[in-house]
Amino acid sequence: MERVLLERKVLSENDRIAAELRARFQEHGILCLNLISSPGSGKTSLLERSLESLPRQDRVAVLTGDIQTENDANRLKRFHFPVKQITTGGTCHLDARMIERHLADWRLEDLDLLLIENVGNLVCPASYDLGEAAKIVVLSVTEGEDKPLKYPSIFFKSDLLILNKIDLLPYVPFDIDAAVDNARKVHPEMEIVKVSCLTGNGLQEWMKWLEQRRTAYKSLLQETAS
Amino acid sequence: MHEMAIANSVLEAVRTEMGLHPGTYPCKVGVRIGEMAAIDQEALRFCFEAITLETDLESLELEIEVCPRRHRCQVCRRDFVVRDYDSRCPQCTSLETTCISGDELELAYLEVEEYGASTAGAKSTQ
Repeated sequence: MERVLLERKVLSENDRIAAELRARFQEHGILCLNLISSPGSGKTSLLERSLESLPRQDRVAVLTGDIQTENDANRLKRFHFPVKQITTGGTCHLDARMIERHLADWRLEDLDLLLIENVGNLVCPASYDLGEAAKIVVLSVTEGEDKPLKYPSIFFKSDLLILNKIDLLPYVPFDIDAAVDNARKVHPEMEIVKVSCLTGNGLQEWMKWLEQRRTAYKSLLQETAS
Repeated sequence: MHEMAIANSVLEAVRTEMGLHPGTYPCKVGVRIGEMAAIDQEALRFCFEAITLETDLESLELEIEVCPRRHRCQVCRRDFVVRDYDSRCPQCTSLETTCISGDELELAYLEVEEYGASTAGAKSTQ
């Protein structure tokens, strides 16, 4: 019997493609963000509100993933930014190869920001690197404040938590302070923004976060280049 | 439920590695899974069995090592296992600790046996 040490990642093929994507994003100065949540937490609504408030000439594109239908892409196309639907046909997450394939006919030099809406799922998307600069997890107040403890991986790996549907707080038994505590237990450095995509409450703070990230990313790239 | 995709990736890696070891067959593959990796062990075992069933790799055993979440204290440099999400340093109680492991999803090793060396699990006709 002989034991051969392998010492590599199980998803090394995905990670290889993700690393290539990350390098291409950096080369073209594109900040890529990967939005993850349960189905129905409001990822698409958040994207609608974001695209609505970005200037028309902004160099933004969206890839949106679902198991079936073009519904989300159709919702997002009316803002006149490039949008492409990724239908996985059953797969419960996006992987780096899907991103690579769907980027193929876009000119990356025309983009500064790529927003990826993952398939609605708090578990599997956590395992797949898409070449993003950061993961963002969206949690809505109708879901229960213990979600960060139940699905720690995605909260652990996301830089930002967006607590959505705060307009419903008076009507649902959701302890928002407990949700924040739970998220910080799993990920002490996590940034948290509370929003309502329906009323627009808190969206300014999210847009500010986005703007700061874009600026920070640009300076980082300039520093590495010089 | 992405354990099927993970099981497939493990199996692909085994087949690639086996190309480097002619005259042997694989007995056991070891994987390392962090507790923050969002992988269900039982589901992974089930998927692995399902995709190896009635193939030349039916006898291949899957060994899973679960790795706890570990942090390192930025103040006193102590490494410790995080339990119940309490990431405070047990030595100096600092909250300035950073994660050093716990989201592994890695292939650790492969055990191979020469044909004819042992009868257990060997498939003589390949």
